[in-house]
Amino acid sequence: MRVAENLNAALHGLLDDDPTAYVLGEDITDPYGGAFKVTRGLSTRFPGRVIGTPISEGALTGVAAGLALTGNTAVAEIMFGDFVALAFDQLCNFASKSVSMYGRRLPLRMVVRCPTGGGRGYGPTHSQSLQKHFVGMPGLSLYEMSPFHDNRAVLGAMLERGEPCVFFEDKVLYTRQMDQVDPLFTVRRDGDLAVVELRDPGDRPDYVIIAPGGVAHRALAAMRSLLVEQEVSGRLLVPSRLYPLDVEALLPYLGEVVLVAEESTAGGTWGSEVAHLLHGRLWDRLRGPVRLVHSRASVIPTAAHLENEVLVGESTIHHAVREALRG
Amino acid sequence: MTETLDRLRLSRLDDDDLELLLLVRHFELKLLELYGRGELNGTTHTCLGQEYVPVALRPLLGPDDHVFSNHRGHGHYLSAFRDPHGLLAEIMGREGAVCGGVGGSQHIHRDRYLSTGVQGESLPVAAGVALHLKRSEPGALACVYIGDGTWGEGAVYEALNLAALWELPLLLVVENNGIAQSTPTASHMAGTVGSRAAAFGIRHHLVVSGDVNEIRASLGPLVAEVRGSRPLVVEFVTHRLGPHSKGDDIRPAGAVRAARDNDWYDRYAHDHPDQFHRLDGLVRAEVQAIADEVAARPPARWEGA
Ligand SMILES: Cc1ncc(C[n+]2csc(CCOP(=O)(O)OP(=O)(O)O)c2C)c(N)n1
Repeated sequence: MRVAENLNAALHGLLDDDPTAYVLGEDITDPYGGAFKVTRGLSTRFPGRVIGTPISEGALTGVAAGLALTGNTAVAEIMFGDFVALAFDQLCNFASKSVSMYGRRLPLRMVVRCPTGGGRGYGPTHSQSLQKHFVGMPGLSLYEMSPFHDNRAVLGAMLERGEPCVFFEDKVLYTRQMDQVDPLFTVRRDGDLAVVELRDPGDRPDYVIIAPGGVAHRALAAMRSLLVEQEVSGRLLVPSRLYPLDVEALLPYLGEVVLVAEESTAGGTWGSEVAHLLHGRLWDRLRGPVRLVHSRASVIPTAAHLENEVLVGESTIHHAVREALRG
Repeated sequence: MTETLDRLRLSRLDDDDLELLLLVRHFELKLLELYGRGELNGTTHTCLGQEYVPVALRPLLGPDDHVFSNHRGHGHYLSAFRDPHGLLAEIMGREGAVCGGVGGSQHIHRDRYLSTGVQGESLPVAAGVALHLKRSEPGALACVYIGDGTWGEGAVYEALNLAALWELPLLLVVENNGIAQSTPTASHMAGTVGSRAAAFGIRHHLVVSGDVNEIRASLGPLVAEVRGSRPLVVEFVTHRLGPHSKGDDIRPAGAVRAARDNDWYDRYAHDHPDQFHRLDGLVRAEVQAIADEVAARPPARWEGA
């Protein structure tokens, strides 16, 4: 099953199970079914609860908050994640603060879905990874879609938190198969964490990469080439919840060499938050500081060859691991 | 001359309404006094001069309605709950504060009442609430208070578009006091509120009267239509008597004088002296007692998020 189908099924399931659930967004109704077809079929089955909106990211996010405020479950789609900047006020000043600023907890069950990232040639205004701009906001949780996490369970976990959540969905994942990995590797789940390692791991891995869902397959490609060319073995950790990060859950899987790979540009990133948390716990056990791997500090070009030069990919990660192992 | 005076004469209110008006007035005056003495933290925006707006609306709004207020919301809150103790404790950070002292003057949530300090932000939220009400509690409405200056925000227009498009039970109350912080309406708004509402096909009703009974009579049928999912913009031409917040009034003396000349307080005292003086002193003393009592309370405790 493709990741987009899994997410589509998850939304069907949510609307089925929860009569208060709404899905809102631009162009999400049938027959169009959303820019990435993730909402296909929903409006036909759940008319009235799946609502196409005008091009008004701030308002549709606010409407989701209003629905949540009156006890409903609201899922809002931002057509391209870049545009969530237009909903920043609603998320950061209204929804996330409202959970606690009235002196007692005000639960809000809402998820803002953001198709994220490059690799599809949509160009500078439709390809960014904005996760870092939302890290560290009390009352706002960040999740990222992954091929190793069932979206129905992830949606459930987000809504259970009773606070607004942003769900980053790397667009390149939509067409990939769920749970698919190179036969060299196996995937297992430990709570929120997907742990991917060599089918026959032998000793402890030489290095560990932490990467959210959209970067996971690039990390795995790097892990394969590193094994084949350098005979070093790695382990990949893919958390579904980026923030607040359950750092305890990562600890048992880490070794002396740790990297975080993310698609955003460097500077004030999720990865640096992860590194900071890990340094506090592992400083004496690490061979060097946790390394961060990013895309180049650039806008994201449209032409495929230029886009490849800029975005974090297999080779960036491969080189970062080699450098880290050299020390 | 007699004719003018007759026209300006305010109709007689029930004691209850007048008491509420006076409660808001003396509450706000007390706040400015407490600030002046350095007894309060942060800032506050009083609704001096505008008290009659929520008081006029009070019986038109029911317990099932949601009210979204803004930075200048004490009158809105007191009209909804008559809870000067809880509000003052909130502003003073004392025990019994409606929101534990976390929200302060601008951020209050209680039952179906919510205020925030970001201009225009609540409109899309209110549209979402109105959507819920239309589906699940037909007959109830979402009422939002904003000032004239807030019409500079895009969120207002995104929400008005939705309200009209989706036929939401949304009542937008505009307290047009002719000024936004220090910027006169003429310097921040092109066109008019009425024409902006018209652009969305939303009905606009202008209230120039300061007479509570008269306002209620004119608004009653219109608010009933909102309940039938016809959004409405009601614009009050009103006057801000005091400073924007604590002591930041840079208006020319003429503008302040014009606000005073229109003040319901002096007008009512003139038109109905017996009733006014019977109640005014009582309410003033009541507010004084509340302030003393709340000030003596221990600090508010917050359990955290
Ligand atoms: C988005 C936003 N920008 C600026 C402010 C600062 N601010 C608070 S009140 C105010 C003036 C509001 O004017 P108006 O809407 O006319 O309401 P009034 O104060 O006259 O009641 C401003 C600029 C704010 N709270 N929110």
